[in-house]
Amino acid sequence: MSTLETAARPEYLCRIAIDPLSRVEGHGKVTLLVDRDHHIRQARLHIVEFRGFEKFIQGRPYWEVPVLVQRLCGICPVSHHLAAAKAVDQLVGAREIPPTAEKMRRLMHYGQTLQSHAVHFFHLASPDFLFDFDHEAAYRNIGGVMADYPDVARQGVLLRKYGQEVIRVTAGKRIHGSGTVPGGVNKALTLQERNYLLADLDLMIQWGRNILKLMKAAYAANPGYFTYFATIRSNYLSLIRADGALDLYHGGLRAKNDKGEILFDHLDYRRYAQVLREQVKPWSYMKFPFINSLGPERGWYRVGPLARIDNCDFIATPLAEEERREFMALGGGEPIHVTLAYHWARMIELLHVTEAIKELLLDPDLFGDELAARGEMAREGIGVIEAPRGTLFHHYRINEDGLIEKANLIVSTTNNNQAMNESIRQVAERYLDGKELTEPLLNQIEVAVRAYDPCLSCATHALGRMPLYVELVSEDSGSVVDCLVRDADGTVRNSV
Amino acid sequence: MSEQPSFTLDGRRIPFRDGQTVMAAALAAGVYIPHLCFNPEFAPHGSCRVCLVKVNGRVQAACTTPAAAGQLVQSEIEELREIRRGILQMLFVEGNHVCPACEKSGACQLQAVAYYVGMLAPHYTHFYPRRSVDASHPEAVIDFNRCILCELCVRASREVDGKNIFAVRGRGINARLVVNTPSGKLGATDFSVGDKAAQVCPTGAILLKHHGYEIPIGQRLYDRKPINVVGDVAQLSESRGGRRHD
Ligand code: SF4
Ligand code: FES
Repeated sequence: MSTLETAARPEYLCRIAIDPLSRVEGHGKVTLLVDRDHHIRQARLHIVEFRGFEKFIQGRPYWEVPVLVQRLCGICPVSHHLAAAKAVDQLVGAREIPPTAEKMRRLMHYGQTLQSHAVHFFHLASPDFLFDFDHEAAYRNIGGVMADYPDVARQGVLLRKYGQEVIRVTAGKRIHGSGTVPGGVNKALTLQERNYLLADLDLMIQWGRNILKLMKAAYAANPGYFTYFATIRSNYLSLIRADGALDLYHGGLRAKNDKGEILFDHLDYRRYAQVLREQVKPWSYMKFPFINSLGPERGWYRVGPLARIDNCDFIATPLAEEERREFMALGGGEPIHVTLAYHWARMIELLHVTEAIKELLLDPDLFGDELAARGEMAREGIGVIEAPRGTLFHHYRINEDGLIEKANLIVSTTNNNQAMNESIRQVAERYLDGKELTEPLLNQIEVAVRAYDPCLSCATHALGRMPLYVELVSEDSGSVVDCLVRDADGTVRNSV
Repeated sequence: MSEQPSFTLDGRRIPFRDGQTVMAAALAAGVYIPHLCFNPEFAPHGSCRVCLVKVNGRVQAACTTPAAAGQLVQSEIEELREIRRGILQMLFVEGNHVCPACEKSGACQLQAVAYYVGMLAPHYTHFYPRRSVDASHPEAVIDFNRCILCELCVRASREVDGKNIFAVRGRGINARLVVNTPSGKLGATDFSVGDKAAQVCPTGAILLKHHGYEIPIGQRLYDRKPINVVGDVAQLSESRGGRRHD
């Protein structure tokens, strides 16, 4: 018998499972349908993530869900934690949660937004627009940013770390903490923690402003590219505070059309199912949500930083508000549709959360001792939050024993599903040369996708490293004409 | 006056009273031997095997071995730690123990013992058994995914509460905890959260309903000190297993 069949000392060995799917699963797959004249008829981004989570939590006790759903996504666990917690508040009949609880959760959420936006900008996105497209490929990585903007890169790392510290203090751990309980939170802030967080905060605000300077310089250097790249007109959806201010934690639903006209406003998000529908398409695992009144063809919308800045009437913190005005002026009264402006809007939000964290830290409510509220149990709960990537819906129904009977989640990336497809189509149309896929095209698709900051594992790679699988399909014959694959190590191969 | 009889445990002299087990005497003397199915309030059960020690060179369960004068007992030796780690690893794959999502995490005896014996990863292939959650009782919930069949709740209900609510059915790998009612539902019994059986579970299998995660991370039972210093969940009545009980 081979000695490989039974190891002598299995306790010293480590098991490795080789999953044949994982090689494909990390890749974003794009299918481009071309007609005889090589015009792009259709672009499809196939997403294989988010399968089965709704099933997975069925039968679990409701109070466990906010902690359980953090496993849903390694990219923004805190957003899922909070959206679920808001749904659970309704299950336990907490109409209002105590101010201490609300503010602790906000603080946690701002920490998450700060760290998420910082990671995206500095580690993934900045090379996308800091450098010109025809620039040396080797330059297009964080090393390039470091070389040209040494301070900014260092500040990015520290901003992220600061955000993580806010999460740690409020949720107990940097990742997969457990700050919320039904109807509230499990701790208030201590004075010591407040002082610790306050110490570096003015610096963070200053750095937030610096990034916007850099952002605007990048725009000014190449306004043409910036403005047209992957840009599409769309509707916008976000939460909005009662007075029209940007609010990342709570509010009613607001939707605008591409001209900036209000489609619905201050809608209680528990009624989301009345205004939003989800379309299933046979070629995609991910659903396609749309605004019901406009139908699936015209009703798709965008969420996330661009949608939020486009949607709000003002930002309640002064420095970010100043930046918002300057940004919106570019639209001449219409919403900004520029896809790369997602990055800009994201940095306005980053500045906003640093300011908002400061406001919160100076608020004595954070030290209160009333941590949670409860009322009469209900069977249904819906929690909505503006996650870093956009509006996030958690909807649960429990049985009489308190176990989850049904769950429906619409994650930010799903909300942007159609928009990402549209942006890819736009880019492919513009840059597809003849009937051959090229590496520059791959890069452009990648930059378009990344603007949305989707929570896809393929999107967590810096430029030139996003694992992509792009195929060109002839509309006539249905056959694959060309296929280009790039792996996470940056190697590109033709696989037709 | 004759001197109290004693045995030696890892070089320390452990006095004992007649009828005491190695485990009981060691714990009484303040020396920790890892254990899961042992609780000094109940007759020893000897089923989990986590407490294996070497008595005069022979491997035996400390919780069922009567103490005898002059015994040479070894516990903290690598050979035994390895066996204990293996047992813990098997326990972790046999049920569904998802520590990062479990409300008992940080105050769980199973987890604490795993840390104590140096088990940091499950090693074996998970069984992922399909087990249910019984939430039919208004105040308590049983998550069978986390049951390790220590039978502490069985013994507590029978011996202390006089209710005989729990039992273990089936043998070997098919053994499972059941509730002694025709429907098999806890809601159909007179179980109460004040029962002894509600307070002895070393894992997160028997829990209070509507609560969880109330103790912030960093302040939970085993967050700061290991189990050999803190003691068992069930013994810490004032904290009731590491959570407020209001
Ligand atoms: S429910 Fe808890 S106490 Fe009862 S047998 Fe299972 S693990 Fe032991
Ligand atoms: S504690 Fe001795 S066998 Fe379980």
